[in-house]
Amino acid sequence: MKILVAIKRVVDYNVRIQIKPDGSGVMLEGVKMSINPFDEIALEEAIRLKEKGLAESITVVTVAGKQAEEQLRQALAMGADHALRVDTDQDLQPINIARVLEAIVKREAPDLILMGKQAIDDDCSQTPQMLAGLLDWPQATFVSKLELADGWVRVSREVDAGLEELSVRLPAIISADLRLNEPRYVKLPDIMKARRKPIDILTLDDLSVAMAPQLEIVKTEPPPPRKPGRKLASIEELITELKQMGVLS
Amino acid sequence: MAERDILNFDVAIVGAGPAGLAAACRLGQLTRESGREMSICVLEKGAEVGAHSLSGALLDPVALTGLFPDWEKRDPPPMTPVTQEEVHFFANQSRRLKIPPWLVPRPLHNQGCYIISLGRLCQWLALQAESFGVEIFPGFAAAEVHYDAEGNVAGVITGDVGLDRDGNPKDNFQPGVLIEAKYTLFAEGCRGHLGKELVERFQLGWNNASNDESGDEARQQDRFQCDPPHYGLGFKELWRIDPAKFHPGKVLHTWGWPLDAHTEGGGFLYHWLDNLVSLGFVVGLGYENPYLNPYQEFQRWKTHPQIRGLLQGAERLGYGARALNKGGWQSIPKTVFPGGLLIGCEAGFLDNARLKGIHTAMQTGVLAAEAVAEAFAANGRNDEVTGFERRWRSSWVADALYRTRNFGPALNRWGAYVGGMYSWLEQNILAGKVPWTIHNKTPDHARLKPAAQFEPIEYSGADGKVSFDILSSVYLSNTNHREDQPCHLKLKDPAIPVEKCLPLYDEPAQRYCPANVYEIVQEPEGPRFQINFQNCVHCKACDIKDPFQNIIWTPPEGGDGPRYVNM
Ligand SMILES: Cc1cc2nc3c(=O)[nH]c(=O)nc-3n(C[C@H](O)[C@H](O)[C@H](O)COP(=O)(O)OP(=O)(O)OC[C@H]3O[C@@H](n4cnc5c(N)ncnc54)[C@H](O)[C@@H]3O)c2cc1C
Ligand code: SF4
Repeated sequence: MKILVAIKRVVDYNVRIQIKPDGSGVMLEGVKMSINPFDEIALEEAIRLKEKGLAESITVVTVAGKQAEEQLRQALAMGADHALRVDTDQDLQPINIARVLEAIVKREAPDLILMGKQAIDDDCSQTPQMLAGLLDWPQATFVSKLELADGWVRVSREVDAGLEELSVRLPAIISADLRLNEPRYVKLPDIMKARRKPIDILTLDDLSVAMAPQLEIVKTEPPPPRKPGRKLASIEELITELKQMGVLS
Repeated sequence: MAERDILNFDVAIVGAGPAGLAAACRLGQLTRESGREMSICVLEKGAEVGAHSLSGALLDPVALTGLFPDWEKRDPPPMTPVTQEEVHFFANQSRRLKIPPWLVPRPLHNQGCYIISLGRLCQWLALQAESFGVEIFPGFAAAEVHYDAEGNVAGVITGDVGLDRDGNPKDNFQPGVLIEAKYTLFAEGCRGHLGKELVERFQLGWNNASNDESGDEARQQDRFQCDPPHYGLGFKELWRIDPAKFHPGKVLHTWGWPLDAHTEGGGFLYHWLDNLVSLGFVVGLGYENPYLNPYQEFQRWKTHPQIRGLLQGAERLGYGARALNKGGWQSIPKTVFPGGLLIGCEAGFLDNARLKGIHTAMQTGVLAAEAVAEAFAANGRNDEVTGFERRWRSSWVADALYRTRNFGPALNRWGAYVGGMYSWLEQNILAGKVPWTIHNKTPDHARLKPAAQFEPIEYSGADGKVSFDILSSVYLSNTNHREDQPCHLKLKDPAIPVEKCLPLYDEPAQRYCPANVYEIVQEPEGPRFQINFQNCVHCKACDIKDPFQNIIWTPPEGGDGPRYVNM
């Protein structure tokens, strides 16, 4: 079985986002970038399936500029077998990424696609679903547990009411939630090996996909600053305050 | 349990600061020139190169130009030449005195320097080093020195990862990797935890009559009397200010208020680029009053009208802190021992009078690289690279440090006013050529006086505009440590903070830590010493200033700690 994992290069989750003064976007100069954490979880799951002997090979793909090869190397060091970069410096919008991935799926013919449930930079949470639509494949989103058996994937997904159990037939698209697993630490010798592995590069022309923008970012703004908190002396005071605010009656 | 991996390199470098990276670049150049293969790796505890770098910073380009004469053509990191400089004496919270240039001690002049971000410089140096085939591993801390059977340094061991709070391995546990090397360069910067161990083990520094190979009598005399290392704690913030007030290349240094004449320190403010201003404050860690709160002094400094005016309507983007060396010439230990070398601030190579250590860090890295390459070419391994001592002692680094050697001790001995006047006289009139050397034999931690001799200092609260509470500052350092791991701040004796340090010194860790890591929590059973290690910004102040030398800083899981941006 072949697994395809799609990853995105995003600002590291520990770094506080800074908005450009003209509101045109987020500052990236000198900022630590990482694999989107949910994508890393998806990759970890793929590697575990391979380690259990349930998959033969894992390909990671990213649609991005050359800098994202740093994240592809990280993925190779974790345990992916092949890395593929679709070169573009354009804005990454879900429908376009889904179209590129559709073309990659046609080329690579994977049996299972693992993706993060959303990217932490734009929080879109659309690409896996759109890709499922384009391919007309079954999908299971926000997956927190996954088992493979007899051409089916059995998953638990976190929904408002609790856990939902689903079985989807392969080939399928799964999007990973936080609790699916805890990604491994990469090992130094594996980082060295990953630096020597090739990365395949494709252009949009190679895939005959055009990335017509469907969305336009009008303005980026930081959230309003939090109002400073206050220390109250007693429960009574808290109750009086809450009543004054109209929260309690 | 999983087996420890072993990797072999000819040269291992600990720390991707300017010292370690300049050494890596020079080794790369020499390998390319000689055609003889040499494998080189650099370990860095930060999640990426530059993530733990914090500096002013004014760069004296002398070492950079020596290393890469064509650096300007190599797409250098963002830099702004110094165009205008001022030194001010803050008399009190509203008055200031502009010092005429002729009265400024000569080392404080900065013509020809550039305003930079050290993090960005390191990222650029890392790219150059990688182009020579150097392997750089960010996210891996060197946790232990590896000694061979004869007791020579033979590499380092990286930290284990995936331990829980009690030190038990979790599912994803990975033991540290043994990096075996013929020569190991220690470039951890100020107060390196491995460097500290090496200085003790090989008796390289203070209280140790080490041999000096240079012929100079006066210098030799000094070596036998190596002073303890001295330190300052440097704070820094990055601000984006009103474009109308921004003057690229303008540099301001201040001394005086809010510190009293007994406490060393001062402020800096550099107009970098894109309306970004780097500003900060250094407090000498030899201070005596345990109630002094360096963080609050820094916040207070920003409320001086001259600084506040500039920050009106501005946005604070970054915060951080890092210790720096102040001992200078008198405190430099012997830098070589079997199998290893100390370079940059690991050995204390910082020109205190100029508050500059990047150029000396880079140059000692370059000289160490040349000495190691020579030893390597002679098929040496795990021996003492004496060539490095010889090289740096006859270099401009030694001249610069020797010339300004009395600056720090004079301030320390006579305070900011008389000491400052002395330095002006020595540097501007006597051109640094005096035959005597002033010493400071008391380590910083031993200078603290009992709390009973002082009144607690009242600091006014943060205004949320130019001064801030400490937690909202720590937030801007982007620091993080995985919670479920052993605390990396070790206490030799867990009872000391509450039983001894609290009654005697009112536990100063509550105040000197720039990240609110240490707290005394009042419980019904009595006071408890709490360590919020997740907040740590790796400044090393606790390791330096704890009066009982009971707090030991060790590296947490690799990649944890601050994620400084443009600092
Ligand atoms: C507030 C402030 C202002 C300053 N202003 C200036 C200025 O204007 N001009 C100037 O020239 N100098 C200035 N300095 C001094 C200058 O920053 C230092 O002298 C210089 O950074 C020293 O370089 P280094 O490579 O020796 O150490 P560092 O820059 O400290 O680098 C050490 C590196 O090693 C890493 N490391 C440490 N221990 C380990 C380990 N065990 N394993 C793996 N990695 C490790 C650290 O994470 C770090 O990246 C200033 C310093 C401060 C604090
Ligand atoms: S715990 Fe120590 S090293 Fe960490 S920030 Fe506080 S003083 Fe600095």
